[in-house]
Formats: sequence, C-alpha cells, structure tokens
Amino acid sequence: MSTAWNGFVGGVWEKEINVRDFIQQNYTPYLGDSSFLCGPTDDTIALWNQIKELKKQEIENGGVLDMDTSVVSTITSHDAGYIDKDKEKIVGLQTEKPLKRPLHTYGGIRMSVKACRDHGYEIDPEVVNNFTEHRKTHNAGVFDAYTPEMRRCRSNHIITGLPDAYGRGRIIGDYRRVALYGVDRLIESKLEQKESTITVMYSDVIREREELSEQIRALGMLKELAAKYGCDISKPATTLKEATQALYFGYLAAVKEQNGAAMSLGRTSTFLDIYAERDIKNGVITEKEAQEIVDHFIMKLRMVCFARTPKYNSIFAGDPTWVTESLAGMGTDGRPLVTKMSFRYLNTLNNLGAAPEPNLTVLWSSQLPQNFKKYCSEMSIVHHAIQYENDDLMRPLHGDDYGIACCVSSMKIGKEMQFFGARANLAKCLLYAINGGIDELSGEQVGPKYSPVEGEYLDYDDVMTKYKAMMNWLAGVYVNALNIIHYMHDKYSYERLQMALHDKNVRRWFATGIAGFSVVADSLSAIKYARVKVVRDERGIVTDYIVEGDFPKYGNDDDRVDDIAKEVLHEFIKYLRQNHTYRDGIITTSILTITSNVSYGKNTGATPDGRKAGEAFAPGANPMHSRDENGAVASLASVAKIPFMDSQDGISNTFTIVPSALGKTEKERIDNLIALLDGYTGKGGFHLNVNVFDKELLLDAQKHPELYPQLTIRVSGYAVNFIKLTKEQQDEVISRTFHSRI
Amino acid sequence: MTGYVHSFETFGTVDGPGVRFVVFLQGCPMRCLYCHNPDTWSGGGTPYTARAVLEKMTRNLAFYKTGGLTVSGGEPLLQIDFLIELFTLAKKKGIHTCLDTSGATFDGGNKELLHKFDNLLKVCDLVMLDIKHINERQHIKLTGHSGKNILDFAYYLNMKNVPMRVRHVIIPDYTYKTEYLRSLGKFLKNLSNIEKIEILPFHKLGEHKYESLGYDYKLAETPALDDEDAKNAYEIIKSAM
Repeated sequence: MSTAWNGFVGGVWEKEINVRDFIQQNYTPYLGDSSFLCGPTDDTIALWNQIKELKKQEIENGGVLDMDTSVVSTITSHDAGYIDKDKEKIVGLQTEKPLKRPLHTYGGIRMSVKACRDHGYEIDPEVVNNFTEHRKTHNAGVFDAYTPEMRRCRSNHIITGLPDAYGRGRIIGDYRRVALYGVDRLIESKLEQKESTITVMYSDVIREREELSEQIRALGMLKELAAKYGCDISKPATTLKEATQALYFGYLAAVKEQNGAAMSLGRTSTFLDIYAERDIKNGVITEKEAQEIVDHFIMKLRMVCFARTPKYNSIFAGDPTWVTESLAGMGTDGRPLVTKMSFRYLNTLNNLGAAPEPNLTVLWSSQLPQNFKKYCSEMSIVHHAIQYENDDLMRPLHGDDYGIACCVSSMKIGKEMQFFGARANLAKCLLYAINGGIDELSGEQVGPKYSPVEGEYLDYDDVMTKYKAMMNWLAGVYVNALNIIHYMHDKYSYERLQMALHDKNVRRWFATGIAGFSVVADSLSAIKYARVKVVRDERGIVTDYIVEGDFPKYGNDDDRVDDIAKEVLHEFIKYLRQNHTYRDGIITTSILTITSNVSYGKNTGATPDGRKAGEAFAPGANPMHSRDENGAVASLASVAKIPFMDSQDGISNTFTIVPSALGKTEKERIDNLIALLDGYTGKGGFHLNVNVFDKELLLDAQKHPELYPQLTIRVSGYAVNFIKLTKEQQDEVISRTFHSRI
Repeated sequence: MTGYVHSFETFGTVDGPGVRFVVFLQGCPMRCLYCHNPDTWSGGGTPYTARAVLEKMTRNLAFYKTGGLTVSGGEPLLQIDFLIELFTLAKKKGIHTCLDTSGATFDGGNKELLHKFDNLLKVCDLVMLDIKHINERQHIKLTGHSGKNILDFAYYLNMKNVPMRVRHVIIPDYTYKTEYLRSLGKFLKNLSNIEKIEILPFHKLGEHKYESLGYDYKLAETPALDDEDAKNAYEIIKSAM
C-alpha cells in the first residue's frame, strides 16, 4: 500500500475513506492555456475508427447492433470483451462484444421483452419465466401497490415518465474510491459498517444489514470482473493507467448491473490528474500518453448502451446514457479545481470528434481561471457538446466535491444520492383546475371533482385559487406514487455496487420534476393581462381558448409574468414538501423535461396562452419558442430569476445562438460567450446548454443524415446525435428560438 | 425627457466592443436604398424615459461587463436631447457608451445644435460613424441626401478627439468601385481618431420588410456581396490610407 501512495501528501484520507481530502491535499490547479495538449495517437485513431464503423452499422441496423437475449447481466455475467485488444489502453465492455446490449431484467421483465421484440429479438423463454414466476421485478412490485388514482394520473399523462418500469438511475457511485483505496480496503470498511449497526431488529436495521451484505458481495464481484481482464484491483492503483482502469471498472460494474435512465460518472478529472502529475513527474508517461489514456477511457464511456424500447425514446430521445462528468468548479478554499486533466477531458472532443457522451458538464464559476473559460468557450462554439451549471449556486449547498447526475441533479459524491421521480405536467394541471379535475382529452374524471370555472371569460383570481387546490392534490398523488416506486426499486432492483461506493449514512434527495413551466406562466399571464375566452365542447369541457389582446410573455425579462412563474413554482414545491417521503428523502424539484416536452405537448389540450392542442412545450425552463423577443439577455434573465432553492434539483435552459450573432471574429465570439456565461451565472442562472450554429445546418442534417454522423447538439440537460432524433423531435429542435439579429 | 424606441437587443455583439445593450430609436431622415431596417424610418415608436431605458439595461448589468450601451436606430441623433440624457445617466454609472450613427443631422453652422453635440460628445465614449458614400453625387443617389455634413461630422469628431469606428457598407455597383474606395481611404487618412474600419458586405436579409411595409425595394436586382469581395474592398481602402 505504501508504494502506491508514494509521493502523495498524506492526510485524513489515509485513515478513512475520504477522496475529497485526498484531492485537496494533492491536486495541482492549472491556470495556463490549452497549448500543452496533445492530439490523438495512431492507436487512438485506429480504435476510434473501428468504433465509428460499429456505430455506423448500428444506425444502419435500425438502432441496435446486437442484443443479449439469454444472459441476465450482472457484474460478472460476461467474459471479457474487446474492440481491438492490442490497441486498447483501457479495457472493459458491458458484454463480451462491443455494442451488444446487455439484458437487464430486475427493473421489469415486460420492458426487457418489449425492448428486444421491438428490435426483432426474443428473450430466452426460460429467463422470462424466471422473472415472471420465480423472481419478482421492480415493475411488478410497483403495480401491485399503485392506487387506481395513480394509474389514472399515469394513463392520462398528468404524471409521466415515472421510473416504474425501468431503472431509476441518477445514483453516482464514487468510482474514484476503487482506484485510490483498492477493493479490499472498501470491503473492510463495509464490514466494519455492518458490524456497527444496532442489534435491535427494527425493519430499517434489517434492511440496512441486508443492503450492506449485498454491497460487500458486489465489491467481491467487482474484483472478479477486473480479474477477467487480467487486472487486480484489490489494492490501490499505482499509476494513471491503473487508476483510470480501476475507476472505469467501478463504473462498468454499475452499468453491467443497472440500466438506470441516467448512469453518471461523477467528478473524476481532477482526481485522475493527481496520478497524471505524479507519473509525468516521475517519467512514467509523457503528456501524449496521458492524453491517450484519457481518450481511450472516454471512448469506453461513449460505448455504454442499454436495451430500450422505441417508446422510451419519446421521453429520452437519442439513446442517451447520461454518463455525466462534472468538470472544474472552485474549491471552498478559493483554489480552482481546474487541472490539466480538465483540459484533457475537453480535448477528447477534438481528438475523437464531438459526441453526446460522456455528458461533459462544466461547473462554472465567475472565479474560474480565464484560460479555462476561454477553452470551454472555444470548445462550445466548435462542438456544441458542453453544458454549464452554476458552481457558485451549488457550492454553498454541497461543498466542492459534488457532481451532476443525469442533466442537472447535484449531489455530494459518495455522500448523497437521489430518488429520481420524473415529472408532473403542471400545464395539464391548470386545465384540470379549469375543468374541475376532468381530463380535457379523455374526458375522464382524473383529479378530484372540484368546481370547474363558469362563464365565458377566465378570471385570474378564480383560476389561481382553483389551480392551487389542484396542484395541492397533484403533489400528494405524485409524491405517494414515488414512495411506492422507490420502495420497490430498493426491494427488487437495489443498486448494490453504486451504494457500496457510498458512505454508510447517505442523504437521499427525493427528486420531483415539473413539465410545462413556461406554458403555465404565459397562460396565467394571458388570463391576467389579456382576456381569455373559453370554448367548451358538447360535453361541456373547456377544450380551447381565444386570447383577446396582448400579454407579457415569459422570456422577456418582464416581472409581471416572471413573478407569476416564480409563484407557481413556489406553491408547487410547498405542496410537495407537505408529504411524507420514503426513507426520509428530502423533497426537491427540477424544471427539466429531457426531450419529453414534445410528448407532453402531444398529450395536453390547448392552453390559455394560445398554444394549440398537441403542440410541443418548450424544453425545461425555456421560454416558449419565439416568444422571447428582446434578445438573449432578456431571455436568460427571465430564467435566471427562478430561485434555485425552490428548484434545487435543477433549472434547465437550452440556448441556441447563430455564430454571427455571437460576434464577428473567433476571438470576439469566445469572449462574448464567456461574458454571457458570467452574466447568466452572476444573475443566479442555474444551467445552460450552449449551441452555436445556424438553423440551416440542422435542416441540411435532416436531409442528409449520412453526412453528419457526429453532429452533436444540446437538447435539454444532455446532448444527442441530431440524426438519432425522430423527425418530430428534430422539427421541434429546429422550431426553437435561434438568437440572431440581422 | 421621452425617447421613442423601435426595439431593444439585449445581447448585442456586433454594435461596438463586447456584449452590449442596444437601443434602436425610431425615425430616420435618410432613405438608404440598402437599409435593412426600413421599419425604423417613420415616426412613432414606443415612448420611454431615459431612466426607464437605462433601468432595462442595469438590471442585467452582469452581462455587460465587457461591453456597454449602444444607441442605434433609425437615426439616434434625431432625438439628441434624449440621447444626451441617456448617456449622461449611463456615464454616472460608469457604463461605456457608444453611438451608432450616420451623422446626418450634424450642422457645423448651427450654434445651438453644435452646443448640443458638444454636450453629447462629453458623455459618449465611442462613435460608430456609418459613411454611406464618399462621392457626393453618389451619396445623394444612394441615400436621398447630401453627405457633406457627415464628412464634416467625422472631422468634428477628430477635432474633439472622440474615438471613432468607421462603418462602410460595400454594395456592388454602388460603393464597390476602386475609385470610390480609394478616395474614402484618402479621406480617412487625415483622421487620427479612427479605432477601426468595419466593412459591412451588402446583404438582403431586410428585403421582406420592404414588402410588408409596402415600400419599393430598389436593390432587388443587386446581388449580395461575398466575403472575398468585402476583404478586397477593405484592402483597397487601407492601401490608400
């Protein structure tokens, strides 16, 4: 052990599992520019070309290359798999073959069967039988417990995307622990934790002891997994290559066992930089070799894949895995957490070309070194594959060793996890308030039978009173549905490996979410500042609205409507917080839709803002398409007003600007994007996806997808290969506001 | 003091240095054939006090640290009193001010007006002067007005030592001629306050506005200028300086 840690500054981290302390004692902030970076090696190019070819075949094959139909995926279920063994510096695949999708059944067997069948594969009947007759799944458990009201809410799309038939994801194991301590030490620590539980067997103590046993078992399997590839990770890593490999095995074990919607990586770059610095200083590797290790690691992350149904794609389009990696940010001691490795990670976009994964997330602070800001800005303009989140907002809450799960969900690495809870459709909820709980499309009484609005014109105070009552009801059903989901997920599909890479006492965030945010703000603004006449159908249900006059629209920095948006959020989170939560989860919410804004819109009738039935919502917290008419700053300023503490799980904003509107020269564009990010985060803005391109580029890619295999765009908290979106989703992206000015 | 505003651009990146809050004022005496904002020509506009305009900017000051305030138009000098008040308020807050103008209302013989110009230039950090055409006859043909006062204004700015960026739109058949570009270069050679020369290639993105306003678009047959020609035009001007 002592040799593995040679040259490291000691500290608390030696005595306890404490990666943050190790980083703080040992990392070297880097304030320089990008000129030290190296291009790809020949092996990197050759390997990446093979992967590109495989990915091309995958697309030609209708989205999947191969699927496992008989071996249920566990940490040790498959033999070692390679792309090109001699060239791979970092090894490990989910199955024995690249891009062969693993079979996950614990979340729900029906979903697995459907995912295979939709792609022309049949799961071995014996496996299906096992997970139907003998071994219950998460999905089966949830549906045993759902109330009829919950099912109605689900089928009428007022609460959707719930992780009740697939893995909930959004749990980040602290994969760095595997590298720093070696698995033996981690097992030792978990055994101690198990020893220390109380011995009066309340049900939560029993659960805890069982979970710890599962965690220990998973750690043992993790060692076996590494052994299949000829690696021993029982002891601490001694080099950058070993550390990267060990960290990756930790992550690989997680994605072999769980097909969570978002399987994020954490915050690994600055940790690995410590090994790179040591190796380079000791002449073990050169800069070029360091970059090669990173490139090969990133390539592996780009190959993670799951078996999904085409329907799943309507919520999470483009086959995402959310291998989110959080870069940079500031330390609580004022030193930037930017290292050369932060640059190397971003440099993979140059060396391998743009890609949606890993989901590169820069934790932005106004205090970040100027050279790093410049590099981020430059890379965003070229590759549009980076998202930015406000470190100055999150650091006071989580300290300086947190990471982002999925798109915008922040949590302390190894100390906090979250229960992912999809989202409630607040626009539909408004329509329920108007119609007394009756769904405007199905005509079904879904919500409580409160009194509907009467008369021809909507009255703001009347609607607001009814809306609050309806939100209160919705919050209750929603949180309770999530209670069932997380109870069952823990019971039937527990993330034992990821939780093995957590402390014993973790804080659990209970994440809810909101869809239709800007539609609600504009609708209420229309009711307040214009006149909105209702149109009732033969059943007496209000199904359309006629807006007379103009009204302030969210996205123009107009407090009249922005205040309404804030009030709605504040009310809803208040109602959510009034509910009991499973395992004392702390309720948060996010304003994030992934790509479900299209399907939410499709399933929601006309709204009082003049939006027609079926029209897409804006994504996340974005203003509605083309309603932001005062330029980018006004649009961003509206979104930045939404208080983080009311929406702590993230406020997603996707921003698209044409290059010419960002400045005339490359240097101007780089500087102006920095000014924009500094301004937005300085105003309290939480998240920004940055796209810099012309609409014509997307139109051309739509026509000639074969010419744009790597065109990556940011959508809502993640990036996608544009050509992997459905036509409908592509059209929605194209219809978004492109900030420009002639 | 009330100003009449056509519109705002809260993320202006092409009208002065850095990220700028751009106010487009309503009304213009010129009728440039190539104008891409003919909707700013006539009177009207939304009334705003100078204080209210500035408040729209200062509430988001965090975005404008590298830039500042630009007033464009229309022709902002038509509302010079408003402009003075707005820039004075901005300077009190330490905001960089920039005037984007054709200089068309300048009149060196009008003492009262000159006094106002002096007051304006005290609170103006940068003038972007759009020289439409260096040749007087061609200037009248292109804009409907004499260009003499514009060139006078350029000299005046030079005398007052106000930093200036010269903008010049290159239009095939109109300004894109070696002879004209060379004489523009010779004119600019005498000015020591020039910070930058911006060549703007003629484009037709404003054409649809003419149609919707019911105006005749006289340059319908003139092709847009490509970047290569724009670069060439710049070289010609520079070579004469």
